[in-house]
Amino acid sequence: MADLSINLAGIKSPNPFWLASAPPTNSGYQVQRAFDAGWGGAVWKTLGDPILNVSSRFAAVSFNGQRVAGFNNIELITDRPLEVNLKEIYETKKRFPNHAIIASLMVEPKQEKWHEIVKRVEDVGVDGLELNFGCPHGMAERGMGSASGQVPSLVEKQTYWVKEAARTPVIVKLTPNITDITVTAEAAVNGGADAISMINTINSLMGVDLDTWNTIPHVAGKGAHGGYCGPAVKPIALNMVAECARNPRISVPISGIGGISNWQDAVEFILMGATGVQICTAAMHHGFRIIEDMIEGLDHYLEQKGVSSLTEIIGKSVPRYSDWGNLDLNYNIAAQINTDVCINCNKCHIACEDTSHQCIDMLTGEDGRSYLKVREEDCVGCNLCAIVCPVDGAITMVETAASQPPMTWNDRQAALNTAK
Amino acid sequence: MRPIHLFSYSLAKEVFSVVTIKTQRISSTHLEKNFEETDPGFTNQEALEESNRCLYCYDAPCIKACPTGIDIPAFIKKISSGNLLGSAKTIMSSNPVGASCARVCPTEELCEGSCVLNHSTSPIPIGKLQRFATDWAINNEQILFKPGSPNGKTAAVIGSGPAGLSAARELARFGFQVTIYEAAEKAGGLNTYGIVSFRLPQPISFWEVEQVQKLNVQILTNTKVGKDVSAEDLLNSYDYIVLAAGMAHVPDLHIEGEELEGVFDAIEFVKSTKSGDLTRDFTGKRVAVIGAGNTAIDGATCSVRLGAENVKILYRRSVDEMTAYDFEYEFAKQDGVEFRWLTAPKRIIGDEKGRVTGIECLKMALGEPGRDGRRSPAAVTGSEFILPVDAVVKAIGQTRHLSLIQALGLQHENGVVKADKETYQTSHPNIFACGDIVFGKGKGDAMVVTAAQQGKLAAYAIHKQASAAGTA
Repeated sequence: MADLSINLAGIKSPNPFWLASAPPTNSGYQVQRAFDAGWGGAVWKTLGDPILNVSSRFAAVSFNGQRVAGFNNIELITDRPLEVNLKEIYETKKRFPNHAIIASLMVEPKQEKWHEIVKRVEDVGVDGLELNFGCPHGMAERGMGSASGQVPSLVEKQTYWVKEAARTPVIVKLTPNITDITVTAEAAVNGGADAISMINTINSLMGVDLDTWNTIPHVAGKGAHGGYCGPAVKPIALNMVAECARNPRISVPISGIGGISNWQDAVEFILMGATGVQICTAAMHHGFRIIEDMIEGLDHYLEQKGVSSLTEIIGKSVPRYSDWGNLDLNYNIAAQINTDVCINCNKCHIACEDTSHQCIDMLTGEDGRSYLKVREEDCVGCNLCAIVCPVDGAITMVETAASQPPMTWNDRQAALNTAK
Repeated sequence: MRPIHLFSYSLAKEVFSVVTIKTQRISSTHLEKNFEETDPGFTNQEALEESNRCLYCYDAPCIKACPTGIDIPAFIKKISSGNLLGSAKTIMSSNPVGASCARVCPTEELCEGSCVLNHSTSPIPIGKLQRFATDWAINNEQILFKPGSPNGKTAAVIGSGPAGLSAARELARFGFQVTIYEAAEKAGGLNTYGIVSFRLPQPISFWEVEQVQKLNVQILTNTKVGKDVSAEDLLNSYDYIVLAAGMAHVPDLHIEGEELEGVFDAIEFVKSTKSGDLTRDFTGKRVAVIGAGNTAIDGATCSVRLGAENVKILYRRSVDEMTAYDFEYEFAKQDGVEFRWLTAPKRIIGDEKGRVTGIECLKMALGEPGRDGRRSPAAVTGSEFILPVDAVVKAIGQTRHLSLIQALGLQHENGVVKADKETYQTSHPNIFACGDIVFGKGKGDAMVVTAAQQGKLAAYAIHKQASAAGTA
């Protein structure tokens, strides 16, 4: 078996799979069940001054019959007394000394508040701290969560206060509800963060009931924005992780979060620079048992790749991620249709004809059979036909000979400037 | 409720029912084609779509419905995540003949029959997904398990069918040094010789045999206990014996004309079609198959696929008492097999050269239920009639390995070895028996999957006994 253990800024866990700070990590009972099932770590549901919650808290998007394509919540941080949580953290850590327990924290942006809570959670033996600067609803209205996380100076200052008191590694959890996440990530680093985690949930309104005109979900006829997560947010999260990973000023490890549902998603985040990953929605959909396939699938993947330790693949795809200006303008691909496999639904034709570059012809062969053919010289290689094609292997995007040597936009501009 | 939901559900159901009746025509010229696996198996895309449709139930009824307790939601989840090696391991760790069972299990009565989606849309095609995962392991030449560290104990397994292989596999994983004694030329028993190729091709069974061999299990083929090696030798040479010899040939009908040319034992008949070297003797012939169990269906469909012009199944009871599964019945009907209920053979008629030309039958009537719950048939006086046929295939059950059982000194009841229902321990403390050799009567227990489970349980009991002895 490959070595799946990770060391994220000094926080060690037997595998890269942590439960994110959320309903699944609300109590010692749950976290211990998770560790029994095989999870490597857990970020305890955010501690702070216990709050009141509303009833009717979650909603989800079903996409064409597939449930929980996206998920949303208006639940707040822990609603249980700090003492109870601390006692359960202590007990859980004692039972599972080799698993990572990270305390997620959220208090008012005051130095003494941060110092106090840091001391109390470290006293019960947590392996690290995660500062919740991301929660977009409820707490934000009180100046905490994403309200802090959207202001780089507040991120930096609060991180600094925490670092003044902390003896364990400090992870700063970032909100995606911001134009450029690298700015707040950098602020966290400047404040002394040992690691960053992303993304927290995205502001969302899940829907409106067409009969009652109520929001989904609603609380006694009123709604408020929630935080969006689940499979649908994965591309957004992956980009934010990648942007931070390739930024030389953000030199700390990343804990990847956002729509990770299986081992393949986890590998993508790790290749894009995450040292470990955090998961919530998939566990909420299926239970803690999903960890078995995550660990086994990851292990088989590494074995098949001939990699003995997971840490060897961290960030392997980061150098392949860049700015648009560095992409080769002279690289060409074109669609090819395999008529043996094609089922003649004509989806590619109409997609191309109406909404792309009008280069897929509907033809009839000598035997009277319909077939589709790409006029390669007119194809811009947009991929749309391959995206809408419902059959594996019917449309392949194939590299075509480049007529010019590689040239990026930046190369081109540089050349033009020199020529001036 | 938006009515569009109802519409899309019913649409989905229709699509699936269309898929399930996919079938192929029987060729009268290319017999070999008729013996290729009828079901092409899932494409990647079908497997992905169906695996994602699985709800991944917790405490799922399909797991409980599987005699070997395969964690079905887990193996299906692994298909959808692309962890096919893990999927195959999940299947095969619970069921050492899981690739065969993916093809031959009566899934409608087991896992698929219990799928919760039967109550909302349509059940997950668990058997075909199981086949997809195990096919992947076969095609990618995966060795799924490792032998346990040697525990210094030895075990002989008599028979390499589903029960024997299963017991041997588990014992090897516990660290026993296992030797299998197999009377036939090739290992695999029923899965190798007894199930028609168009449902279970031999290479699948051979792969399962190979998986067991890779655990350092020695398989001695062409070695019949009681002939090539004595039962006494085994008792003296091994710490434990697993008796999994199955059943023997089809018994005689005890009617006139049974010795005629053109009368076949269904077991031998099916076996003869498994090697791929197919006889042309059935082309254009009329065949009567006696019996309506699993083997009778196999005998009848094999006859059709060998080019027989007309194949009739003669059964002395009615469709309700038939032991063949519904899907087998459907399959046979699609092959054009005719069923003659309440019809019993009285004598087989031959010509002057000793070849079958017909069979005289009697009409039957059903009386009160007998000891096994099935209504017993009685002949209707004066109802004799003659069916002109060229061949008769006997499929009225199987005889018992009485001499072997006696040589081992085991208690039995009419050749059915007496064994504990949980440990499969026989009247001899170090001999355990499983599979068809302990099968009495009824439907379910004769399944390949039940034999596999019994083999596992026998191995666990032996391991437990050996461990207890070791620490004493």
